[in-house]
Amino acid sequence: MQGLLNNFDEAAAVILFCIGFSTLLFHRNMLKKIIGLNIMDTGLYLFLASMGYIRGAGAPILTDTEVINMADYINPVPSALVLTGIVVSVSVTAITLSLTVRLYSKYRTLNLDEIYAIARRTEKEEF
Amino acid sequence: METFRVILLLILIACAICVSLTKRLLTAVIIFMGYSLIMAVVWILLESPDLGITEAAVGAGVSGILLLVTLKKINRTETDSEDLDTVSDERAGDGDEDR
Amino acid sequence: MKIDKEKFSAWLNTDPDRLSGMEEMAEIPYPPRERIKEKRHELEERIDAQPVGQISFLSRKFWHRLYTVFAVICCAVMTVVLLSTVAALPRFGEARDAINELTERYIVSGLKETGAVNIVAGIILDYRAFDTLGESFVLFCALNCVLILLRIDGDEDASHHELYFNLAHDDILRKSALFSIPIVFVYGIYVLLNGHLSPGGGFSGGAVIGAGIILLSIAYGERASGALISEKVFKTVCFCALAFYGVAKSYSFFTGANHLESIIKPGTPGEILSGGLILPLNIAVGMVVSCTIYGMYRMFKKGRF
Repeated sequence: MQGLLNNFDEAAAVILFCIGFSTLLFHRNMLKKIIGLNIMDTGLYLFLASMGYIRGAGAPILTDTEVINMADYINPVPSALVLTGIVVSVSVTAITLSLTVRLYSKYRTLNLDEIYAIARRTEKEEF
Repeated sequence: METFRVILLLILIACAICVSLTKRLLTAVIIFMGYSLIMAVVWILLESPDLGITEAAVGAGVSGILLLVTLKKINRTETDSEDLDTVSDERAGDGDEDR
Repeated sequence: MKIDKEKFSAWLNTDPDRLSGMEEMAEIPYPPRERIKEKRHELEERIDAQPVGQISFLSRKFWHRLYTVFAVICCAVMTVVLLSTVAALPRFGEARDAINELTERYIVSGLKETGAVNIVAGIILDYRAFDTLGESFVLFCALNCVLILLRIDGDEDASHHELYFNLAHDDILRKSALFSIPIVFVYGIYVLLNGHLSPGGGFSGGAVIGAGIILLSIAYGERASGALISEKVFKTVCFCALAFYGVAKSYSFFTGANHLESIIKPGTPGEILSGGLILPLNIAVGMVVSCTIYGMYRMFKKGRF
């Protein structure tokens, strides 16, 4: 417990990840699933960014170009990785949303159970 | 600053739970946009201003717009239908026919 | 205009969409939905006429319950495992072990090698520039997928889509957009051009500019934003920016890897024209991102440019 309180940022990130994951699993609505996926993403990014944070250090933007002191700056590598990740997550959101729109235009519902049921029935009709 | 960040993280967790529990999709999307905005502040506090700007523009702005346009396109701002049979009955009886 | 009390209280109590009752929206038919709805009802009736087997019904319920149980177990186990891992991590903010020689190299000699004051920009646009090129291509491919999935063909009538959410006559939106659009654009261009000196860069600046174009399109209609970005402009800009990025970075890597003398100099740190290739690459990435974001919005909203 003390360890969790010491690492509150990481713990919050993990909790966000798990909330997103359970949203993804338990909700039958496609849009809710997509939002859950986004929450999972942000939880993961929060974890990465908080691993790179160093207490008392500043943002990785050099203030003195002559003397560079390592202790003044946080770890820039997680920031660079997360920057890539955010943009990729937007692409994933756009693709999943457009797939959802297509599914809706075919089945007229967003509920995954209904979609399965209708798809199964239509298959039976065809064969 | 430490306390402020802890409070913001608690709000983040509360927002995530609210998104998961709300029935209305429009409310869920708007809470998600607020969630992204708080996330941007958290990133500023974690000394990563690059991420803060990107998250504010991309997470709160563009993802939110895409979700809202999708909602509007499928015109389903009402409820999150969980049950198969009742919903289809409701929908058949509804004059609006938009649910 | 007097305040309609009933409407206001309905709005306060989060009434269903107020816009759906407006006359220009009420009469617009939505042909595909009706057709498919009919088809579905027909289908459901036919299915209901058939005797439903007790076993299949039971098994469906059974699988549903099994799925729920497994999902609960999965979530609980994952939460416990991850939280116990977090508890064993070194204390937050004091993980100096995570600083290895890679980070040291980036911080200490990053300025000398890339010329960028912002170390993150130096990493993503110089050391890992091909990664960023791939990222731009991911965004571009996502747009292409959206285009394939949502594009409305020529013979299909798209006008009802357009009218369905037309907010271009809203006075409040227009007046507030009049003030905020220039600020959004200037801020986006600032963030884009100062990527190597201050926080920001191609992605954030491009996203801000794209959001500004979306705001313009919402407030003033498609004609205003269409004057800025048409389909042809979009294609040209995306192709030129991506091709320029690839060629410029290939040159930079070729000369660097073969120890040839490059004509691109890092320049004086802190000036706007410094950082070697970072500024032009930022501009290229920003153009691709803003066009892509506006294109996605357009595809979702109307189905064509």
